[in-house]
Amino acid sequence: MNWEVVIGLEIHTQLSTKSKLFSGAAVGFGAEPNTQTTLVDLGMPGALPVFNKEALRMAVMFGHAINAEIGMTSVFARKNYFYPDLPKGYQTSQMDHPIVGKGYLDVMLDDGTTSRVGITRAHLEEDAGKSLHEDFQGMTGIDLNRSSTPLLEIVSEPDIRSAKEAVAYVKMIHSIVTYLGICDGNMAEGSMRCDINLSLRPKGQKEYGTRTEIKNVNSFRFIEKAIYTEIERQADILEDGGRIIQETRLYDPEKNETRSMRSKEDANDYRYFPCPDLLPVVLTQEYVDNIKATLPELPSQKAARFQSEHALSEYDANVLSSSRAMADFFENANNVVKDPKLTANWVMGELSKLLNQEQLDIENSPVNAQAFGELLVRIKDNTINGKTAKDVFQAMWDGEGSADAIIEAKGLKQVTDTGAIEAMIQTILDANAAQVEQYRAADEDKQKKMIGFFVGQVMKASQGKANPGLVNPILAKMLKG
Amino acid sequence: MSIDKQDVQKIAHLARLALTETDADQYQHSLSSVLALVEQMQSVNTDGVEPLSNPLEMTQRLREDIVTEENRRDAFLANAPQTEAGLFLVPKVID
Repeated sequence: MNWEVVIGLEIHTQLSTKSKLFSGAAVGFGAEPNTQTTLVDLGMPGALPVFNKEALRMAVMFGHAINAEIGMTSVFARKNYFYPDLPKGYQTSQMDHPIVGKGYLDVMLDDGTTSRVGITRAHLEEDAGKSLHEDFQGMTGIDLNRSSTPLLEIVSEPDIRSAKEAVAYVKMIHSIVTYLGICDGNMAEGSMRCDINLSLRPKGQKEYGTRTEIKNVNSFRFIEKAIYTEIERQADILEDGGRIIQETRLYDPEKNETRSMRSKEDANDYRYFPCPDLLPVVLTQEYVDNIKATLPELPSQKAARFQSEHALSEYDANVLSSSRAMADFFENANNVVKDPKLTANWVMGELSKLLNQEQLDIENSPVNAQAFGELLVRIKDNTINGKTAKDVFQAMWDGEGSADAIIEAKGLKQVTDTGAIEAMIQTILDANAAQVEQYRAADEDKQKKMIGFFVGQVMKASQGKANPGLVNPILAKMLKG
Repeated sequence: MSIDKQDVQKIAHLARLALTETDADQYQHSLSSVLALVEQMQSVNTDGVEPLSNPLEMTQRLREDIVTEENRRDAFLANAPQTEAGLFLVPKVID
């Protein structure tokens, strides 16, 4: 049978505040266990939460970025469940009145089409602590540093129809929250985690099938793979006439399979109710409007501007605006060389190649945007050709200095003196008299192919320093005789 | 509306409370009377009344995003029955 997949995503993004959502403890990854906790985070009786202003501002900012209604009155609720890394016995979250209401995102797919994904809501909640199941005298160790870390949970509508679309959507959320500066986007450290709700239905059927939820997937690649394996698993069951059990599953990247985490008997009954320790959060229109005024240029706006202002292709504009760091690098380098196409080619080409090779983020590029721009200037003004520039770039990457210093030290300056080039060509023509004879006897099409040999000889003789833009016409003229 | 013994045991399980048979009988009775009271209250006409999330007619105060607390791990861990390597130890939760 032909199945249609229906996917909805819940993305937890950790907000980059300095202190916790409800306490004055520091937020940070990798601190010694339990050194960033307070009585509030430990759930001590009588300890009262106080709401972090900055977390509120970040949530409202996100709401604006996805064209959402902002919850002018939002209410915190208790989500009750028992687990040792949740000492209070409930997670403070939001239920009926979230801070961010309905919104949407237009997601650009690989084939260039756009699809709109509805966002049901985004709500503020606190993270739980961490359970360490390694053997501590046969017991479980609890680290509460992460307890009360602010999260914004972004819940999509079941609008997504493929693994590729899901990944494109998550990448877009990732790019928005990092553009806004409200999340560091570090998926490996858990700053962004994704729950995947997935079901299948026969193509053309209106009703949704029974769904499963795959918890806590934390990389773009795993999201894609988890979806493919879960589609396959559900399709196999349905094709055999079986039924899907509604349950929570876990994706195991090593075995590339999903497996059941909780059976239905244990289905959670969270008994949400308004948190009596926190009052309703009431916003003024002025507050909401002021935050809107501070929104930075978002990825889609930046991509549009790159096309109109820099005449880049849609593809280039999308790639370059996909992360704020890459967009900034491109713009800063381009400010130096003032040649957007050349800059785009080099950022997406050589720079990305070396970054990938060494698995570096562009923020940590050993060559900064200014220095990179200076290298491009030397290509643009014909001091060096593109091939030499790659060697210069590698030398810059290895810390040998600026583009100009390397060109000078290695004597890489292009020969642009036409007299010198003519003399060089003459020597080559004299040394290859037979080839010159053949060339002159050949027809025009053949000549076009044969000229490559002479260009090669000239470049070799000049050690790559002859300017190809000059060599070609002079060579063609001299070959004519 | 009344609840049966199974409901009582389920609620107790969600709250991780162990009830004896006698306890369960007693709670079935008292919880049912609470529900009866709620049922009585539901006869009040609440058309046009906004649901109340907090009885105080106030809104939430906000805190500046500043780290104000220091590391007091030793004091906190001192209250725990068992600790190791800076961690609280609890009975094993997964096999």
